Amino acid sequence: MAMLEVKDLHVAFPRGKHDEVEALRGVSLTLEKGERLGVVGESGAGKSMLAFAILNLIAEPGRVSHGTVKFNGENLLDLKERQIRDIRGNRISMIFQDPMVTLNPVLSIGVQMMETLRAHRKISDKEARALCIAKLKEVAIPSAESRLDAYPHELSGGLRQRVVIAIALLTDPEIIIADEPTTALDVTIQAEIMALILKLCREKDVALILITHDLGVVAEVTEKLMIMYAGKCVETGPTRQIIDTPRHPYASGLLKALPQHAGRGTRLYQIPGSMPPITNLPKGCTYHPRCDFATQRCHGGEPDLVNGVACYNPLTSDSANRTETKTEAET
Amino acid sequence: MITWQGFLKRFFGDPVAIGAGIVLLVLVLMAVLAPLIAPQNPYDLLQLDIMDSEMPPSWKPGGDERFLLGTDAQGRGVLSTIMYGTGISLIIGIGAVVVQAVLGITLGLIAGYKGGWIDSFLMRLADIQMSLSTLMIAIIVLALFQAAFDANIYADYAIFMLIIIIGVAEWPKFARTVRSSVLGEKNKEYVDAARVIGLPARKVMWGHILPNTLTPVLVISTIQVAEAIMTEAALSFLGLGMPVDRPSLGSLIRSGFEFVFSGQYWITFYPALVLIALVLALNLLGDWLRDVLNPKLRRGED
Repeated sequence: MAMLEVKDLHVAFPRGKHDEVEALRGVSLTLEKGERLGVVGESGAGKSMLAFAILNLIAEPGRVSHGTVKFNGENLLDLKERQIRDIRGNRISMIFQDPMVTLNPVLSIGVQMMETLRAHRKISDKEARALCIAKLKEVAIPSAESRLDAYPHELSGGLRQRVVIAIALLTDPEIIIADEPTTALDVTIQAEIMALILKLCREKDVALILITHDLGVVAEVTEKLMIMYAGKCVETGPTRQIIDTPRHPYASGLLKALPQHAGRGTRLYQIPGSMPPITNLPKGCTYHPRCDFATQRCHGGEPDLVNGVACYNPLTSDSANRTETKTEAET
Repeated sequence: MITWQGFLKRFFGDPVAIGAGIVLLVLVLMAVLAPLIAPQNPYDLLQLDIMDSEMPPSWKPGGDERFLLGTDAQGRGVLSTIMYGTGISLIIGIGAVVVQAVLGITLGLIAGYKGGWIDSFLMRLADIQMSLSTLMIAIIVLALFQAAFDANIYADYAIFMLIIIIGVAEWPKFARTVRSSVLGEKNKEYVDAARVIGLPARKVMWGHILPNTLTPVLVISTIQVAEAIMTEAALSFLGLGMPVDRPSLGSLIRSGFEFVFSGQYWITFYPALVLIALVLALNLLGDWLRDVLNPKLRRGED
């Protein structure tokens, strides 16, 4: 049994009195100890929703309408508030996108770190302080002792994200969910922070769910990959395999859009159109209006995830190459 | 965020703030040190002599150098009663605001954070409370209290009654202010982050959201102290506040009021002057605080 097993997770928000809109429409995933999973998709595909749903923290009036989240065999969605609090921040912790806004501006770093510890451990002030300093050193923050009394606004973005990572690691979690941990940072800092997360996960055998737009980062860091579109997983499998031979046209489109695939001086590839809003999904496969390979069948019903891809006409390595040569010929 | 250094720099750069600060400081020191520096203890009946009553200020003909600002009808020195009275007024003002703040912050925080029917219920309750005038409630309750108990018990408990009544009657001001700040704060990511680290709702509310809403609370606290002092003075003036033998500024003004037309203006005039100075200083400081703490009005200096 896998450490984390998410099965057929649905998240719904009410629309009007009787109607509901689904932000997640049946997402499943498994994660083993120490495994690193990338979750990629456009904004609004439901990536962050998935992270919050795993911790059963969907904000009102939304709710998890269906599905299970089994963590070491225990369904987190069935737990009482008190029990799940013991898992949040303790055994599963989270790193957010923007360290400028995830740290409370009026509390010192030390207060915020100690509070996390206190929420989960009985620990004396002195021990807590020592542990906080040790963790700050682990994430390579210089002069950790004095930073403990600093306020978030006194630190740079990169340092702040290191503090956030230190807080996430404080209780030696089994899983870290990182929701676009580098998006808000300077490009020069991004690689450093990503390398730090990877190193710490490897050293401590912590599983990682990395939510990101950046396929380059995913390729370097993760072993498994899940591509999400309009609240569903459209393709999942080993990272290497998807990146080398994507089978879903959306996955292939995302990869083709990477700048390194375009010749110098040519226009970058772009998937036509934009993702439909969850309130107005097209009939049939939600991707078909943007898909180059859509057939009559795609207009009818939505394909299920079969062998890791949700497409009626999955690309083979041949057809992927063919479209690539086609686009090159066009340009 | 404004730093302490920036805050002090702004304070010392603003003559109005300095002036109001000095007036407030002098009045507070005067009240706190009254037992040490007052020429006379107006509570000690042995020190009072009816022969000294209704003396004019010392610089007037007939004045006595023992009583700088003259004496009232019981022979108490006006200066001494003002010193003690200011203390009582301040205790009631601050005490009432503490009650207001505790009630208002708690209810406002719960209303803002929980939302839904709890929010609607508490805010309608606040609306009802606001539609009843503070003075009206106070007059009814105090009149009943005065009628129900004898004068000694009333004298002993009047100060607590005033604090509780003014405190309870004005909680909606704090509740509304806190609620609206909480609504602005609760969707920020640090709140999500606090929930993700497994903190219970109680700690998220009090430990994370509340500290971020304290700026407006600080501002209305200052102004509410002034307001509570005024309310207490009005009640005392109507004879429903502090008794004459334990006078606040309001009851001093009342006790001298009947003598104004016979020429002994000083019994009312000096306490009134101090009351005005106290309330004005508090209001000016409150306004100054509001401007300094409002980032939208701040120029790009600190």
